[in-house]
Amino acid sequence: MLVDVLIVLVKVVLTLTWTLLLALFLTWVERKQSAVMQDRIGANRASVFGLRLFGLFQPFADAIKMLFKEDFVPSFSERFLHWLAPAMSFFFVAVTMVAVPFGDAVRLFGRRIPLQVVDLNAALLFVLAMLSLGIYGILISGWASRSRFALIGSLRGAAQLISYEVALGLSLVGLIMVFPSLRLSKIVEFQGGTLFGFLPKWGIFLQPLGFAVFFLAGLAETKRVPFDLPEGESEIIGFYTEYGGLKFGLFMFADFLEVIVLSSLAVTLFFGGWQVPWLGGLNLAPWAVTVLQVLAFNLKVFFFCWLQVLVRWTYPRFRYDQLMDFGWKVLVPLGVVNILVTGLVLAVR
Amino acid sequence: MKTGRIMKELLRGGWITARHFFVNMAFHTLKLFGVKTKRRGAVTIQFPEERKKLSPRHRSLHRVLSREDGKPRCVACMLCVTVCPSECLTVEAAEDGDPEVQKYAARFVVDLNRCCFCGFCVEACPVDAIRMDTGEIRLAAASRGALELPLDKR
Repeated sequence: MLVDVLIVLVKVVLTLTWTLLLALFLTWVERKQSAVMQDRIGANRASVFGLRLFGLFQPFADAIKMLFKEDFVPSFSERFLHWLAPAMSFFFVAVTMVAVPFGDAVRLFGRRIPLQVVDLNAALLFVLAMLSLGIYGILISGWASRSRFALIGSLRGAAQLISYEVALGLSLVGLIMVFPSLRLSKIVEFQGGTLFGFLPKWGIFLQPLGFAVFFLAGLAETKRVPFDLPEGESEIIGFYTEYGGLKFGLFMFADFLEVIVLSSLAVTLFFGGWQVPWLGGLNLAPWAVTVLQVLAFNLKVFFFCWLQVLVRWTYPRFRYDQLMDFGWKVLVPLGVVNILVTGLVLAVR
Repeated sequence: MKTGRIMKELLRGGWITARHFFVNMAFHTLKLFGVKTKRRGAVTIQFPEERKKLSPRHRSLHRVLSREDGKPRCVACMLCVTVCPSECLTVEAAEDGDPEVQKYAARFVVDLNRCCFCGFCVEACPVDAIRMDTGEIRLAAASRGALELPLDKR
C-alpha cells in the first residue's frame, strides 16, 4: 500500500517537474526559434559566470524578474478572486498531464508500473473537462479585475474557447469510434500495429480530417497568435490587463503549458503516443524499448511544440468575425462530416 | 474554392518561415562547428563585440586638433559658436603670447545634451581645429553634467 502511494508520488513529481521544465524552456525555444525564423539571433546575453550557452539561462532570469516584481492588486479588484484566477488557469492546464502516458508499462521488482500518473478509464473526457475548466480562470480574472477592458477580453476569451471546444470535442468522436476506448493508454496501444503492412496504424492515417480539425481547434484553445483575441498581447487589451509580476507570469506559464498539453494530446491521440513504428522486428532488450518509447514520445511532443511556435510566428491574427466563422462554419461542419464518414466506413467494412 | 486558395497561401507562408528557420539553423550549426561561410545565419550585428564599419564622413564625437607644439589649434574666432544651431558650444578666448596667433581657446566645451551632430562647426572652422571623426558613437552618460565635454582637455 505504502509502496503504491510512493510510486504515485514519484510519478507525480517526475511528470510535474518534466512538464514545468519543458514549459520553462519553451519560452526560450519560442524566443530563439522566432529569432531564427526572422534572421535574428534572439536572447543570448543571460549568463552564469560568463557562461552563456545560447541564452539558456534566460528563462531563469525571467522567472527571477517575475518573482521580484511587486505583487500589485488594484484597489478596485475583488482580492480573493483576483488571486484565484491565475492559480486556476495554471492548475487546470497542469493537471491534464497526469492522464498522458509517457511510455508503456515497465516491470520493476515484479510490479507493473505504467509510465503514466493515473490510468483513468475516461481519460479523454477528463482531459477535455480540465481544458474546459481553464475557461473559468479567464472569466474570473476578467470579472475580478473590475476593469472594463479585462472584462471584455475575458468575455472574448470565453466565447472563443467555448466555440472551439465544440469543434475539439467533435473531432475526437471519430477517433473514439475507430479506437473504441476513452483510456489514453488503450488508445495508444491500439495504434501499435501497421496498416497495409507498412504504414504505422496511427490516428493521423485513420482520421486525417479529425486530426486537422483537432489541431486547428486546439490551436485556438491555446489562445496563441492566430487566435490570440482573448489576450491580444501585442496591441489590444485582454483579460490579464490588471495583473503583474508572478500572477501574470502564471498566466503566461499556463499558456506555454497549454502548448505542451496540446502537443502531448495530438501525439497521444493521432501520432501513436509512445509507439515507435517498425520496432517489432528488432528484438531489443525491454529497458531499451522503454527508453526508446519515452524518447519517441518526447521527440514527437517537441516536434509539435516546434510546429506551434512556427504557426504562432507565421500567421497574423484573425478578425473576430472571421474567428467565429472559422469555428462554427468550417470546423464544426468538418467535425460532423468526419463523424459521418467514419461511421459510414465502419459500417461498410 | 476561396477556402482552398486561402489554405494554399497559408501553407506557402508556413513553408517560407520554416525554410528561413532551417536555412538559418544550418548556417548557425556550421558556425558552431567552426566552419567559415560567406553567408551568416542572422543579420544581427552584436554591438559591443561586433562593430559595423563607419563611413569616413560619419559624424561622431568631436575632437579639437592641436598644433605641433601641443597647443590647441583653435584661434577662438567664435565662428563655430555662431553657426551652431543648437548652441551647444562654449568657447572662452584668451590672449596668446605669440603675435602670429593672438588668441587661443582657454575653454572649449561641447554640450552633448544639446548637440545635434549637424557638423556645421566643422565646416565653419577656418583653421580646421574641430573635426567629428573620432568614430566614438557610444555617448551615453549617467548624468547631464557628464555630457558637457571639455574638448581641449582630451
